[in-house]
Amino acid sequence: MVNKKHISITINGEVKEAEVEPRMLLAHFLRDQAGLTGTHIGCDTTNCGACTVIMDGKAVKSCTILAVQANGRKVLTIEGLSKGREKLHPVQQSFVDKHGLQCGYCTSGMILTSYWLLKNKKNVTEEEIREAISGNLCRCTGYDNIIDSVKDASKKMEEEGDPIEEQPEIKVRA
Amino acid sequence: MNPPTFEYFAPTGIDEVIDILAKYPGEAKILAGGQSILPLLKSRISSIPYLVSLSEIKGMSYVVEGKDGVKIGSMTIDSDLENSDLIEKRFPILHDATKQLADPLVRNVGTIGGNLSHADPANDLPAVMISLGARFTIRGKKGSREVEARDFFMDTFTTALEPDEILTEVYIPFWGRNSGGAYVKFKKNTWNFSVAAVAVQLELDGNTCKKAQIATTAVSPKSGRVESAEKHLVGKPLTDDVIKKAAEEVAASAEPVTDSYGSEEYKREILKRITREAIKKAISRAGGN
Repeated sequence: MVNKKHISITINGEVKEAEVEPRMLLAHFLRDQAGLTGTHIGCDTTNCGACTVIMDGKAVKSCTILAVQANGRKVLTIEGLSKGREKLHPVQQSFVDKHGLQCGYCTSGMILTSYWLLKNKKNVTEEEIREAISGNLCRCTGYDNIIDSVKDASKKMEEEGDPIEEQPEIKVRA
Repeated sequence: MNPPTFEYFAPTGIDEVIDILAKYPGEAKILAGGQSILPLLKSRISSIPYLVSLSEIKGMSYVVEGKDGVKIGSMTIDSDLENSDLIEKRFPILHDATKQLADPLVRNVGTIGGNLSHADPANDLPAVMISLGARFTIRGKKGSREVEARDFFMDTFTTALEPDEILTEVYIPFWGRNSGGAYVKFKKNTWNFSVAAVAVQLELDGNTCKKAQIATTAVSPKSGRVESAEKHLVGKPLTDDVIKKAAEEVAASAEPVTDSYGSEEYKREILKRITREAIKKAISRAGGN
């Protein structure tokens, strides 16, 4: 039996500690240990991006990162975007307003990749959006409504700002 | 899909990494970003008993300009190279490659050291480093040594690294004033590997080619220099005819295999086209016509 490893990951502002098998994927840790099932697993082969989360400020595919590799890092999942607030996050609201989703399976990944893009670039062009989401697959929309959603979100983020602030770290033990 | 079980180490220093590699020769592998190794483990193509992660080691991610070249730490992620103004200005060929490498999310985790050490002939960075004449710093039980990029790639998934060795730094020497390069990649979708790609780095003297280094991706068992094609360029004015002959030689000397990405013949035709494009782009970046 392989020794378990102790890890501590700050997820959506809360510190989550656990003993995990080294082979456990971050996506499984988020879903099965932290109970955050908004992170979806699609292809499970690093292609589709349904499992996208933000780790230390960068959009990454959580099916291709070990939970132990995320030790000591900060992870933001789709649940963290509007956590503790009544309103949806501007990026989420734009996907609703501009019909940026149909079945919804890719949506949490699409929204988090878009959030990462918009945190790094202002007044994004269609080309920049298409490049940014090139690692996220959508089988319903044909992408056009997603592009419109991200453009709209870019405006909303300019006007309303990003409601996510550094949250106080709350210790939670698994 | 879970990877098969393995013992996991996350040391805080390179010496410790080398100790673990030496303790389990051939059975221990380094985990850098994991964007190649984890898919292989998950699909059970590979099984590795001991994984040595570099994630807890500080100071292995940097891009630093020196007097004669640029030093890049092996844990530097692809997107940091992509967003480096220094790389874009001094080595546009590397900027070309990092912009097109896998997808933006993979580039946020994948590292230069991992991309090179994995030595997949379909990876983009080996050809770029060979054409730039990069040198790699390698550390192991016997100490530190330097290996030229062109001598590093031995075969498919096989490098000059001994079982106890780790690639720690990539050094890219500056080229002369009238130099430039380009990496042109042909792929069908973001998530596919290249059908073919080519790296061309040139130095000009007026409109005459002074120096040329060409390497390919995904069309032979390993990335290497295509010296027979370079000979068509060096010492000659770079006319359309000269460029065409060099491109034809790149296509003729490649060893593409027929697979789901296309037939051997198709890949040679693609190679001709992208090599012409890469040479023309390199000439324009080198300040030629």
